[in-house]
Amino acid sequence: MGILDHHKKIETHATLLLVLSFLVVTIGGIVQIVPLFYLDNTIEKVEGMRPYSPLELAGREIYVREGCYVCHSQMIRPMRDEVERYGHYSLAAESMYDHPFQWGSKRTGPDLARLGGRYSDDWHVQHMIDPRAVVPESIMPSYGFMMNRELTRTDAEHIRDLMSVYRVLGHPYTDEMMDLAVSDFFAQVDEFGDDVTERYPGAQQRNFDGQPQLTEMDAIIAYMQMLGTLVDFDTFVPDASR
Amino acid sequence: MVDSNDKTPENKVTPASRQYPDPAAKLKQDPPTTGHSWDGIEEYDNPMPRWWVWIFIITIIWSVGYWIAMPAWPGIQSATQGVLGYSSRANVAAEITEFESRNEQFFVQLLETDLDDIRENDELHRFAINAGGSVFRAQCSQCHGTGGAGVQAGGFPNLLDDDWLWGGTMEDIVTTVTWGIRNEDYPDARWSEMPAFGADGLLDDEEIDQVVNFVLSLSGSDHDAQLAAAGAEHYEINCASCHMDDGSGDYFIGAPALNNQIWLYGGSPEAIRETIYYSRFGVMPGFETRLREAEIRAVAAYVHQLGGGQ
Repeated sequence: MGILDHHKKIETHATLLLVLSFLVVTIGGIVQIVPLFYLDNTIEKVEGMRPYSPLELAGREIYVREGCYVCHSQMIRPMRDEVERYGHYSLAAESMYDHPFQWGSKRTGPDLARLGGRYSDDWHVQHMIDPRAVVPESIMPSYGFMMNRELTRTDAEHIRDLMSVYRVLGHPYTDEMMDLAVSDFFAQVDEFGDDVTERYPGAQQRNFDGQPQLTEMDAIIAYMQMLGTLVDFDTFVPDASR
Repeated sequence: MVDSNDKTPENKVTPASRQYPDPAAKLKQDPPTTGHSWDGIEEYDNPMPRWWVWIFIITIIWSVGYWIAMPAWPGIQSATQGVLGYSSRANVAAEITEFESRNEQFFVQLLETDLDDIRENDELHRFAINAGGSVFRAQCSQCHGTGGAGVQAGGFPNLLDDDWLWGGTMEDIVTTVTWGIRNEDYPDARWSEMPAFGADGLLDDEEIDQVVNFVLSLSGSDHDAQLAAAGAEHYEINCASCHMDDGSGDYFIGAPALNNQIWLYGGSPEAIRETIYYSRFGVMPGFETRLREAEIRAVAAYVHQLGGGQ
């Protein structure tokens, strides 16, 4: 019982117990967390990833505000049934510009990681206004109010400020992107406006909700239509050993 | 003295057999205490249950085996891979390959069989309907409905009836599914666009009203005969080149038939007026890169047998 007697010294000394407990937790944390920052399989680089355009970012903010993540995950797990239904399994790098990530562990609705391009804008508008109009078995609530909530210059400036925060966190927003953030925000719903895709390749630029004014519906559809579309899996083959 | 026959409550005595033991009395079989004493409260030093200790030891031994067998410890460049070579990515790829190879003979057969002959081959047709059905439920049902009935008046076509926009032969359906309709992803996508007769000023409100009534007359719906007669001329000039003189429509340019009661956006005078005024048309994604060719053929066979196949 010699070693247990030594242990008794720790148990009966509050400060020593605190310091040594902290040390043990630190070691455990370092072993689990630190490798994620340098191991190849967690920092796998993939072609095509770019930070969100201002309007997509606004859509993402609305997505988070409305708590869409409570019912919808954005992570296709490497399992046959999921890959067959939703498409290629998600890669870590595909969430690299998500703060916070939208992986989720519970699905009441379907996974949305590769939602982009699956439906027409018109479908999304009808579905958001009345989900049961297009999917009778759906239990999703209506989000039709987004059609009436106009986005203004203040919102655009808020998104620009958000981009500057993300820039501090390491998102590669260039000076040009920052300067044009407010104008890009409005240009993305104008097919004939300043070309947003120059700065955000793969972004979609058109009037999403069919209304002349820029609304939250435009923003959320712009966001949904780009989900999971940035990585081209025809040319990118993930390393199977990872 | 205690009298056990004394029934007055104040004098009642609990017999010894029903008394609690003296808390201070120590039983012989009690385990030793830890020796700590707080305000007279002492702590028994019970051993941990044996079964618990054994499971604890076994889990420690198990973890050593797990480290060796499965990916576990992080290194400088990568984690240890484990001798079993487990990889979730490789597993899912292998599983998909396995199921594909089981169906491979049917997929090959689907590609080799002439589209119209698929339904002649019972076994192949059964496979096509089931495989196509699962593709339909994953990819098509959100717009065309789980049963294929579309969304009435919502612009998502019903696939159960025999009224087609772009043709209902196997070949037509395969073309539509492969390239889609009015999308910019594929140059081969089916494409046509009705002019917005009102919004673009091609017809004035009165003329549109006349055309609406003429269109209603084509399908035998309630209409104003006088307005319809006046609308016939406008229809012939503006509409007949696509929708045909008798309103039978044209599969080649996706012009819907107007001489029946099947309406894509509703058959009320208001709905027809809006269609003529603003023009309406749907879009559909192409599935050339999302589905294998054999899957496209299977889903076409599924849609074809829903009721309206030509």
